[in-house]
Amino acid sequence: MAYTPPIAARIDHMEMVDIVKQFPGVRANDHVCLDVHAGEVHAILGENGAGKSTLMRQLYGMYQPDEGEIRINGEPIAFRKPLDAIRAGIGMIHQHFMLVPTMTVAQNVALGQPSTRGVRLDLDVVSERIVRLSEEYGLAVEPDAAIWQLSVGEQQRVEILKALDLGASLIILDEPTAVLTPQEVSDLFATLKRMVAEGHSLLFISHKLHEVLEVSDRVTVLRDGVTVGTRPTNDTSRDELVKMMVGRDLKRHEHRAVGCGDDGLTISALHVDGDRGEEIVRGVDLTVRCGEILGIAGVSGNGQRELAEALAGMRPITAGTVVIHGNDLTHVGLNERVKAGLSFIPEERMRDGAIGEFTVQENVFLRDHESPEFRRGPFLRFGDMARHASRLVEEYAVKTPTLDTPLKNLSGGNIQKLILARELSRRPTVLIAAQPTRGVDIGATEYIHKTLLEQRDDGTAILLISEDLDEILSLADRVAVIYNGRIVGTVDRAVAEPHSIGLLMAGIYE
Amino acid sequence: MKRGDNDAKEFGIRLLVPTGGVASALFISALFLILLDANPVAAYGAMLRGAVGSTFGLTQTLVKATPLLLVGLGICIAFRARCINIGGRGQMIAGALLATSFALRFGAWPRPVLIATLIIMGFVGGAVWGFLPGFLKARFAVNEILTTIMMNSIALQLMNFLLQGPLMDPAGIEAGTFLAQSARLPEAARLARLVPRTLLHSGIFVSLAMAVVVYVFLWRTTLGYRVRATGLNPHASRYSGINVSIHQALSLTLAGGLAGMAGAIEVMGVHYRLVEEFTSGYGFTGIVAALLGWLHPLGLIPASLFFGGLLIGADTMQRAVQVPSALVNAILGLVVLFVSSSAVWTQQWIRRIRARGEVSS
Repeated sequence: MAYTPPIAARIDHMEMVDIVKQFPGVRANDHVCLDVHAGEVHAILGENGAGKSTLMRQLYGMYQPDEGEIRINGEPIAFRKPLDAIRAGIGMIHQHFMLVPTMTVAQNVALGQPSTRGVRLDLDVVSERIVRLSEEYGLAVEPDAAIWQLSVGEQQRVEILKALDLGASLIILDEPTAVLTPQEVSDLFATLKRMVAEGHSLLFISHKLHEVLEVSDRVTVLRDGVTVGTRPTNDTSRDELVKMMVGRDLKRHEHRAVGCGDDGLTISALHVDGDRGEEIVRGVDLTVRCGEILGIAGVSGNGQRELAEALAGMRPITAGTVVIHGNDLTHVGLNERVKAGLSFIPEERMRDGAIGEFTVQENVFLRDHESPEFRRGPFLRFGDMARHASRLVEEYAVKTPTLDTPLKNLSGGNIQKLILARELSRRPTVLIAAQPTRGVDIGATEYIHKTLLEQRDDGTAILLISEDLDEILSLADRVAVIYNGRIVGTVDRAVAEPHSIGLLMAGIYE
Repeated sequence: MKRGDNDAKEFGIRLLVPTGGVASALFISALFLILLDANPVAAYGAMLRGAVGSTFGLTQTLVKATPLLLVGLGICIAFRARCINIGGRGQMIAGALLATSFALRFGAWPRPVLIATLIIMGFVGGAVWGFLPGFLKARFAVNEILTTIMMNSIALQLMNFLLQGPLMDPAGIEAGTFLAQSARLPEAARLARLVPRTLLHSGIFVSLAMAVVVYVFLWRTTLGYRVRATGLNPHASRYSGINVSIHQALSLTLAGGLAGMAGAIEVMGVHYRLVEEFTSGYGFTGIVAALLGWLHPLGLIPASLFFGGLLIGADTMQRAVQVPSALVNAILGLVVLFVSSSAVWTQQWIRRIRARGEVSS
């Protein structure tokens, strides 16, 4: 499609007025108002399902509002497709990057723009522009590097460069910090500050309160499709924002002193290869005692995914041992591990943990459909299955219209609660939870945390792998930091503090 | 809840889009008919009369639907495990070969025993033909589309060889006609005809029963549950301790078995002997019938009746308006094309409705 090069008159003021977007059965946005000035970071805060993404998709031309108006510099404007929004000077950094992994940075930036040389490529010109922009905004990126070689943080910089190169003056950032290390987050915030200083307007979507408080000038909170309120960041507090988001106060976890139980899970000198055959877990030693949560903190890509898969029996172990309650399970498959008392919450919920097209009930039996409780000869025992499923749904407060609803129609939080219910219903003695609350709304996160703590108090040995340091610090009894395939430090929660753990996560240790 | 509305809407789309596909195919074909100076109204009238306008036409429609349903059921199981079985033709041949050889040798067995055995033999023959691609896929990740197609050629050549050699009708050799066909099956091996002076045979009951069996298999047994899980999400299946490769191989084996059953029944009910080209496109038309039937065993029943009627009606039309037989094939091809592409369209449409039905954050 023809694209007229960066015309983008600077957006000084953008307003969304009384936006209504109705989906069948849900009013995703109900008279939502939002505005942003040049030189301002406006954060949009809300739980999953609050209507944040819907609102942003209308601003970016992906959906059209049913009612209400978008105004740029006071003029009403309608975006029928993203290209219209791009032309008007709006850029969007999606949560899942829209980059071609095999192409270089310059090629990705050049995509979707006409060459300055007609039919011939002008990658050198694009590269120069990239270098200039990256200096201007502190976005260090090598134009000739291939995307797949870059870290997640670098890929995000490429996305921002792309938007800037297209001439965007209003940039929407959809959960930009979800995938970043603490260091990368502070780099990103530095970049955002420079962009604001240059007169850009930023819309910053997040559910991480401390980031919103740190980076934004104003905050708008959405709940159930309605604007709860807009506050200048200086005039609000964490507690107020939480109350606005969830409509109630959140409870803080009580930490009981934990009795030192026996060793539940013992991992010795574990080595595991990655997808490309390179060694990615390089000698991990860990012991998780019964009645204890051991948190593994670390930046994504340091071997925690492979470690978790190897423990689940999904990835071969090249050296070392895995012992659960004295049984050596190093080389047995997944089913034997489950029999030995292991349960597993996989990181990629919809890929590995559940089947979206299956009903809620069918998902409850993904692992246990063979158990004599639920089968009679070759047939499934529907009555017993339904009873069991409805008990779990009730017990774990999974919100679903019926047991026959396809799982994918549920929200992320409810899907995760169902997976948790399924894995805990086997009464495991060892639980491995990988990123148990990633992308889950605050209410469900609270619930999942509470459940994990109860499970710990019941004597389960829990290995919690998470990239969310707050989560680790609020749940774990001990924190181990993984870096480059090794455990570079283990500290008790009592003495753990974010700064020193952050340094370990970044690979800074003696 | 609005979910009910969406379900109703989805059902409507599933019904409407394929029907629209058939209508568009017939509309475009009408343009060709006009170009050939044939009256499309008369032509389609003849088609309808041929398919359902007379007792004979109706029975012929049912006769054609019988193998289509069985082949389609197999396609449906394979699809549910995310395997694409293009080998219906070869599997029919394998089943028919085994059943025919068995019938010619053990013709003296009591009739019910023999007939049951032959149908099972048909299943076994086809299952072997489906198992090989399944095994290759499970063990060496060989693409099943290619292997099932190649297995078609192998089966065809094997049948040609046998019909011109060991299986050739001794009567033909004696009479000097040397037709490539087997001897006639013994009486005890023939399926009962249901209506005098028609080809309608009791095999249709086997087909219908199998539709119910496949439905129960897929939705009421642990094995069927695993087959569906495998197809919908192999990753999650693996994480749940389900061996994905084995279930894919199994689905192809079962698909082959059902097609083989169709081959045996076709020989036992219609031809009373193995003849060349007895598969007459059922292997491929079965795929389209399966798609039109929403890959659901019970949806397949009307879908195979429809395609059976289309095959019969096209013959009548050809005779009635004197169009070249190539055009009839073209019309069938268009229907197939429109219906199979509309299946994709249905999916997209439904996905859009569902996406709209969800709240995004």
